[in-house]
Amino acid sequence: MNFSEHLPALQVVVPLLSAPLIVLLRSNGLAWAAATATSLMAFAIAVAITLGVLDGQTFPYSMGGWPAPYGIALGVDSFSAILLLIVSGASSFALLGGRPSLNSQIEAHRQPLFYAAWMLALAGLSGIVVTADAFNIFVFMEISSLASYVLIAGGPDRRALPSVFKYLVMGTIGATFYLIGIGLVYMMTGTLNLADMEVRIQGVADQSPILVAAGFITIGLALKAAVFPLHAWLPNAYTYAPHMVTVFLAACATKVSLYVLLRFDFFVFQQNLAGHAFQFATFLMPLAVLAVVVASAYALFERNLKRLLAFSSVAQIGYILLGASLVSTAGLTASGLHVFNHALAKGTLFLAVACLAMRFSSLHLQDLSGAAKSMPLTMAAFCIAGLSLIGVPGTAGFISKWYLIGAALNEGALGIGLAVIIVLSSLMAVVYIWRVVEAAYFHTPNTSAVNIKEAPRELLIITLLAALANIYFGVNSAVPVALASDAANLLMGHLQ
Amino acid sequence: MSTEKLILGALLAPLIGAVAIGLGAKLSDNVREAATLITALILCAIVWTIVPEVLAGGRPQLTLAEVVPGIEIAFRIEPLGMLFAALASSLWIINSIYSIGYMRGNKEKNQTRFYIFFAVALSATIGIAFSANLFTLFLFYELLTLSTYPLVSHKGDENSVRSARVYLGVLLTTSIGLLLPAIIWTYLVAGTGDFTVGGILAGKLQGPAVGLLLGLFVFGVGKAAVMPVHRWLPAAMVAPTPVSALLHAVAVVKAGVFTVTKVIVYIFGVDFLFAEPSGAWLLYAAAFTVISASVVALRQQNLKRLLAYSTIAQLSYVVMAAAILKPLAEIGAAVHIVAHAFGKITLFFAAGAIYVASKKTEVHQLRGIGHQMPWTMGAFTIGALSMIGVPPTGGFVSKWYILAGAFQADNYVAVATIILSTVLNAAYFLPIIYLAWFAQPKAPQADHGEAPFPAVFALSVTALLTIGFFFFNGPVLELERQIVQGVSP
Repeated sequence: MNFSEHLPALQVVVPLLSAPLIVLLRSNGLAWAAATATSLMAFAIAVAITLGVLDGQTFPYSMGGWPAPYGIALGVDSFSAILLLIVSGASSFALLGGRPSLNSQIEAHRQPLFYAAWMLALAGLSGIVVTADAFNIFVFMEISSLASYVLIAGGPDRRALPSVFKYLVMGTIGATFYLIGIGLVYMMTGTLNLADMEVRIQGVADQSPILVAAGFITIGLALKAAVFPLHAWLPNAYTYAPHMVTVFLAACATKVSLYVLLRFDFFVFQQNLAGHAFQFATFLMPLAVLAVVVASAYALFERNLKRLLAFSSVAQIGYILLGASLVSTAGLTASGLHVFNHALAKGTLFLAVACLAMRFSSLHLQDLSGAAKSMPLTMAAFCIAGLSLIGVPGTAGFISKWYLIGAALNEGALGIGLAVIIVLSSLMAVVYIWRVVEAAYFHTPNTSAVNIKEAPRELLIITLLAALANIYFGVNSAVPVALASDAANLLMGHLQ
Repeated sequence: MSTEKLILGALLAPLIGAVAIGLGAKLSDNVREAATLITALILCAIVWTIVPEVLAGGRPQLTLAEVVPGIEIAFRIEPLGMLFAALASSLWIINSIYSIGYMRGNKEKNQTRFYIFFAVALSATIGIAFSANLFTLFLFYELLTLSTYPLVSHKGDENSVRSARVYLGVLLTTSIGLLLPAIIWTYLVAGTGDFTVGGILAGKLQGPAVGLLLGLFVFGVGKAAVMPVHRWLPAAMVAPTPVSALLHAVAVVKAGVFTVTKVIVYIFGVDFLFAEPSGAWLLYAAAFTVISASVVALRQQNLKRLLAYSTIAQLSYVVMAAAILKPLAEIGAAVHIVAHAFGKITLFFAAGAIYVASKKTEVHQLRGIGHQMPWTMGAFTIGALSMIGVPPTGGFVSKWYILAGAFQADNYVAVATIILSTVLNAAYFLPIIYLAWFAQPKAPQADHGEAPFPAVFALSVTALLTIGFFFFNGPVLELERQIVQGVSP
């Protein structure tokens, strides 16, 4: 057996095994180094998988050699590759540069535990992506959720506790709904393997338990993915989490749930349930549009920088969903691309926020007056990522906007309406990003902010690297576009 | 050196220059300003080296990157872009000399930032001029907007930040809201966005959709300042005068009308658009802008705002000329880009020189100023006459061609607009000239004398160019005849 065949399993096993080892490490520095090394290894595995996928390689894997559908199967395709890249990439960036920020926010004696929880979150999120088994998804979802509750609550801000409790309640409801859904499907089909389910569900597709299951699964996952109006847990959880945790989770956590939602829907339900494609589109499209418009509007009036960006995340999830709800190859390509590009932009923005937070005690816009004078490089990175979020050409965000508007315009009159909404919300993004820019560049610095220096070097370097990645993928998008369009073809391929 | 390298050089020279300016500023102000001037000279030399090849019918091109399959960052120099690039890069030299006099004379703050972003803006301008497809053009169009934002908000006080917000708001809103959908629509319909002789939309689009797409393009290109998307231009006047002179009389606004002209000629195709009645509204929109902006200019007291509204009117001249859709008028559009550039940069230089020497900004303060600043007001007079279109100035040449094109198309709306606007131009410029030379100052004036030498030198050069263009316009006409080859007269 070739080594590369084990990559999907290693993607999960490496961080999963490192977690208990990290707990045993006494030194905080060692714990950090081990976590970072593990995360980088996961990233390397993700890159190797991506290269394989781009070569047309598939990665079928049976845990313990038990063949599917009896054993647990793993599988990786181009859609999963996008997610694996952003999950392990965001984790690596956050850990590599984040030491100063984490040291200042996490109590010293808790750090090994914190890094262990981080590894569990990484393993859980990767596991959701690589597994081809519906129940396994639930298990990994619980692992990642429990770990991220710990991560979010791990900071010094006591306001994180009520936020994380809210997240816990909502997350548990979401996971339970999902579990009820797959329970019902299992009752009717006798299988948990997604590929097997796709075949076996055909005979029972018109039975009401399946319809109820589809409802539970969609709502449950939408809750985890913070689809409007089920997003209420997200803004506070992101705002009060330690800054590096926000970088990690904002880049990938909700997108992983969205990935499961799309996968489940397109593999199992779309072609088997009569009229489901129509229901899927008409149910999710209005929600996507509302997310884009309402969440952007919230961001317009938000004064806390982190919460402003969190609301922007809800809007961006709307974009991803909007592309998918078109149920077309072009739309799904745009969604896949935006998963990648938004992770880049939002990850960079939150990294810049972490830089600011190292020097400013408050992240309210009026307290950040004149930040650009004392921290020019940080604000330059913020501007670049902000432009990417807006979708200015030359940045990664533009590429997905281009594809999304193109996909919308393919849809005739409705599409023109959607294109108008996409454009309008881009303009709202201009306004909310520019409020930050004006505060940082033009307002006179507060007297307390005179002696502020740039952020610590390693954090700053990582932030700038992330900003440059936004430009690089805006000029050379061949890889993400290839992955996304392949993923779209794959999903649409199941509709025949 | 191969032409490909020259294209890359023209794009990179200002960027490298920007770095050099930043480093030079650490040594001394003189080094910084020398870096600006040398960069401008190098850029100009590079651009002019390419001219003979294009004049001989060559179309050098360069593909920089393929962003995604089918969408490239690519450059291809055709006559219109060559003209625009040569114009902008040449005037940058003069403008840099002027900037030195103005910025020092006014003791402006943050001069290094000013010169750096100026250089970046020039790189973006060259990118627009040389772009081979709509995508590349859009990329540099946005870069130009963003790089000029720090120039407009230069002073950093509340007033300029507010105006800069209008500037950015209008330009970004129109470009993301209208131009981007127009570009994506074009790619979807035609399968490409390459600028192609004869257009790419013929047979792919018909009926009202043509007019709608044209509307998205024209109003999406906010830099062309066709009403009602003109508000950013008066707002941009809070910038230091060199910015108003080169960017908001030449580079930025000309990038707007240049884009509109290029879209009409190479995306729609002149003959296709002429045969399609739904595109006819553009002429009326442009004519309306010409007249109403002139009327607004009549009522302005602030000299720079007056010039801004005059620019809005003159820009719509170019759009209107392009919308006449006849060969002579298209040539007129291109020639007017040059003629207006010489005239208007002179006027702005003069306005800035007056401000540096005397801190005067309002028209009524200019009584008798001609006797104190004869060079400045002499140049101002030449610029104003060119705006009106009096021979022997450059403005006469372009008006001649636009009128000829209008008659070629039997388009009497255009003819009437030109005549009426000429009267209006005279009505707002002649009183200023009269005040400056013949009116007596009401109270005894402080003897402020002329502006600093670099400023006076620069505005004298551009005034000479304004007159010179009347006599020596052969190469420009030669170049621009190439763009209308094959268009039915």
